[in-house]
Amino acid sequence: MTGKLGPLLPQDQREAQEKRLRDVWETPSGWRYWTSVNNSEIGLWYGCTAFIFMLFAGVLALLIRLQLAVPDNTFLSANFFNQAFTLHGTVMMFLFAVPIFEAVAIFLLPSMLGARELPFPRLSAFGFWSFAIGGVFVCGSIFFGAAPNSGWFMYPPLATDKEQTGIGADIWLLGLSFIEVASIAAAVELIVGIMKCRAPGMRVNMMPLFAWYLLIVAGMILFAFPPLIAGDLLFEMQRMFDWPFFDAERGGDPLLWQHLFWIFGHPEVYIIFLPAIALMAMIVPTFSQRPIVGYSWIVLAAVGTGFLSFGLWVHHMFTTGLPQISLAFFSAASEAVVIPTGVQIFVFIATMLAGRVIFSVPMLFGAGALAIFIIGGLTGVMVALVPFDWQAHDTYFVVAHLHYVLIGGMLFPVTAGIYYFYPFFNGKKLSDAWGKIAFWLMFVGFNVAFFPMHFAGLRGMPRRVFTYPAEMGWDWFNLISTVGAFVFAAGFLIVVADVVRPKTRQAPAKPNPWNAGTMEWLNQHEESWGIRSIPIIKSRYPLWDQPDLRKNIEDGRYYLPDAETGHRETLVTSVLDGAPQQVLRVGGSSYVTMIAAFLLGGVFIALTYEWWWTTIICAIGTLIAILYWLWTGTAQIPEAEMRDAGLGERFPLYVSGPASVGWWAMFITMVGDGTAFASLIFGYFFYWTIHDDFTGGQVGPGWQWPLAAAALFVIAWGCMLLARFANTRNLASTMRLSIAVSLLLTIAGIAAGLMGPYQHAMEPTLHVYPATVWILAIWTSTHGAVALIMQLYCLARSYAGYLTADYDQDLCNVVLYWHFMVFTAVVTYLTIGLFPELR
Amino acid sequence: MKSFIPREVETLWTLFTAPAVWALHFLVCYVAAAIYCAKPGFLGLGFLDLRWLLGGLTFIALAFIVLAGYLAWRQWGFGSGDPPHDEPTRDDRKLFQGFATLLLCGLSFVAVIYTAIPLIFLAECQS
Repeated sequence: MTGKLGPLLPQDQREAQEKRLRDVWETPSGWRYWTSVNNSEIGLWYGCTAFIFMLFAGVLALLIRLQLAVPDNTFLSANFFNQAFTLHGTVMMFLFAVPIFEAVAIFLLPSMLGARELPFPRLSAFGFWSFAIGGVFVCGSIFFGAAPNSGWFMYPPLATDKEQTGIGADIWLLGLSFIEVASIAAAVELIVGIMKCRAPGMRVNMMPLFAWYLLIVAGMILFAFPPLIAGDLLFEMQRMFDWPFFDAERGGDPLLWQHLFWIFGHPEVYIIFLPAIALMAMIVPTFSQRPIVGYSWIVLAAVGTGFLSFGLWVHHMFTTGLPQISLAFFSAASEAVVIPTGVQIFVFIATMLAGRVIFSVPMLFGAGALAIFIIGGLTGVMVALVPFDWQAHDTYFVVAHLHYVLIGGMLFPVTAGIYYFYPFFNGKKLSDAWGKIAFWLMFVGFNVAFFPMHFAGLRGMPRRVFTYPAEMGWDWFNLISTVGAFVFAAGFLIVVADVVRPKTRQAPAKPNPWNAGTMEWLNQHEESWGIRSIPIIKSRYPLWDQPDLRKNIEDGRYYLPDAETGHRETLVTSVLDGAPQQVLRVGGSSYVTMIAAFLLGGVFIALTYEWWWTTIICAIGTLIAILYWLWTGTAQIPEAEMRDAGLGERFPLYVSGPASVGWWAMFITMVGDGTAFASLIFGYFFYWTIHDDFTGGQVGPGWQWPLAAAALFVIAWGCMLLARFANTRNLASTMRLSIAVSLLLTIAGIAAGLMGPYQHAMEPTLHVYPATVWILAIWTSTHGAVALIMQLYCLARSYAGYLTADYDQDLCNVVLYWHFMVFTAVVTYLTIGLFPELR
Repeated sequence: MKSFIPREVETLWTLFTAPAVWALHFLVCYVAAAIYCAKPGFLGLGFLDLRWLLGGLTFIALAFIVLAGYLAWRQWGFGSGDPPHDEPTRDDRKLFQGFATLLLCGLSFVAVIYTAIPLIFLAECQS
């Protein structure tokens, strides 16, 4: 099973190839190290940063446990306690659980897929810097007594009340919105990477299961995070400008926030859980020394869970007084999701039964994870039943349930992953002895800490109380929980110590220390080129089934063994069969990603403090940085049309339209954007359902201006289609003219869209109806403004000679943006213009 | 006579057909019930009408999933070969896709029935 193989070149030629590859992929040294965009650096920084945030949130948890250890305790003030538990939840969910999977994915995926790099390394770097800046901002607030203090789900009306919550809620909203940018960037990177950058021959039936899971999770991010972004937008508009989206007195409704938050929040649990279980899907076959039993069943589980998890959000809202029939739909879906979740656990057990299990530290953590997660799953079935939930809601029973699910479903598998993958990145193993001690401390400590919380909850102890009187009968449960928490923390500290202890005198592990079967174990951790040459894959477990694979790869006998062009290059392959299609040039080290992230961070931080001028300056700076990044780093015209990729095959260097990775990135981003827009439209109709007259007697925008705006956007879109058509016919001046006409129409469309609410003097602070109309009009106009920038960019590219009939990536991607743009405009203006007339 | 059964297509998207049907069915059930309960008498409908409408929708959704399941079964070669379908060939890739799609059809079928059960047992909007 070796297949096609290039010639074995003499050693001096191979060394020359290696030198060129090393030079091209070199990680900068000194302080320029931080400009690196290589996936191994970004993944490492991402992971370390997430872990630092996790330790910080862990310390907060210990403070919480100390305060609750005994009744009537005065160790923490009520206000600090509120900040501590809010930040604990927020940091664990947003700054650890989600980013750690992005980190692991960015770090491992290229090696697992046999790619040199993911398709957009600079985007990964941008995502990392956004995450790091936003995270430090959110975490740092507690040192100034300014941390958010109304719980990690920020329910209004408490959280919209500026008197009660101070600036903390703004820090939460804006800081996290900024971090969500990083998540969506990661989703783009992962979907395109998994679909288009697999090694040749790696068909969809041969993808590592980790990639399957990550593909689903990235897709989930696109539909889960944008509703929260939309919710954040409404929330901030209320806090900053008093637009009453969640104020019941002026027609708003706090429940809309709960809907938007949990449409995000419940899938989020699975966004956290699936990547962790994906690590298990890599670890279990290795230590069972056999292929996974039921590969297709795992795909069923991943896809099934991904979908069903979107039908669960109302189970967080069972006590809000929604009709029972609505609750029952969500209860049913909550029970249905048990099926795919259970399937994967049985697949793991079957794989272990069918193989010869080697008990090792990663397997220990994996087994512990399953045990804990199953308990959390069982209490999950309980709270998914409406009558039980009415009793347990907002008690410590739920606290116990969610920690069993998240620590069993996420922290233990991630720790298993740390032990398993540690040799991957520095060639040395962690200590088995320390690992076993750490495991038992963590496992016992965890159960001692969290199991009693079930009973405290059933005895009525509510969440989030900073203290409790002695006569409630909760004392012993809490004291035991506190002891357990410290034992658990001690266990985790051992893991940390093992990771950071110097290992200079420790002998390096073998290249594939666990005898795993998947590609990532070919990694040469001391090299930054990713993989010496890109092989042809013929098995799900190539290291077990393809003899001499490592040697042939390292001898450079497969694709792209050289970097004679001086560019960072990887191979793009087809979605289903992994047939090579293109040699893709990816971005190298650069300051621009970091600068763009810092400036965007400036926008969000300045907004928090309502420093308007700083906001505007940073926003303009961000725009310039991103334009510079695009201009100098994307859609570059190559020196030759085709590139010799080795093995006697040549592939194009430049493709556009749906064949290009950039087109898919635009498509994926706009799907996420469309979801946020759908959430705003959902809000509009939500207010319609809860009121007899949803306009509250307020005047509307009329139908004339909105329809005019819709028409202008449709014609502008038509002009863009014409521009693309003219360009394919090599009619440059017609193309430029069409874009220019479209540009003018877009300006007119934006103006007409805003004229409706403006001319009818709709006052957004009076009632939620004018606020909703304004927010939709502003959303669409802002998208129109982005469209304008893109049109100007295309014109500039055309005049500069970078946009031609043959090299038309920019125009294809902008037209794709316009498809979404015209959809947004038509839906917005038909809704706000015609719906009030029709009802 | 031209068959109404679609030809076999080569795409990854078919994998998601049945779960997408579940999602649509779920969304329509939720939205219809939410509007019905929030705006009593909307379009002059009673609860029984709502039940029949959503019951009909459930039937259509299930029928669609069965059709998708049939197509998946066909892609899986009508069960002619057993998994794991891990050979590096186009045929095995198609068999894998067919089998995984069939499994998802089964899950979605059950999940649609789950969603419909409340329509049998709950007869009003009581909150």
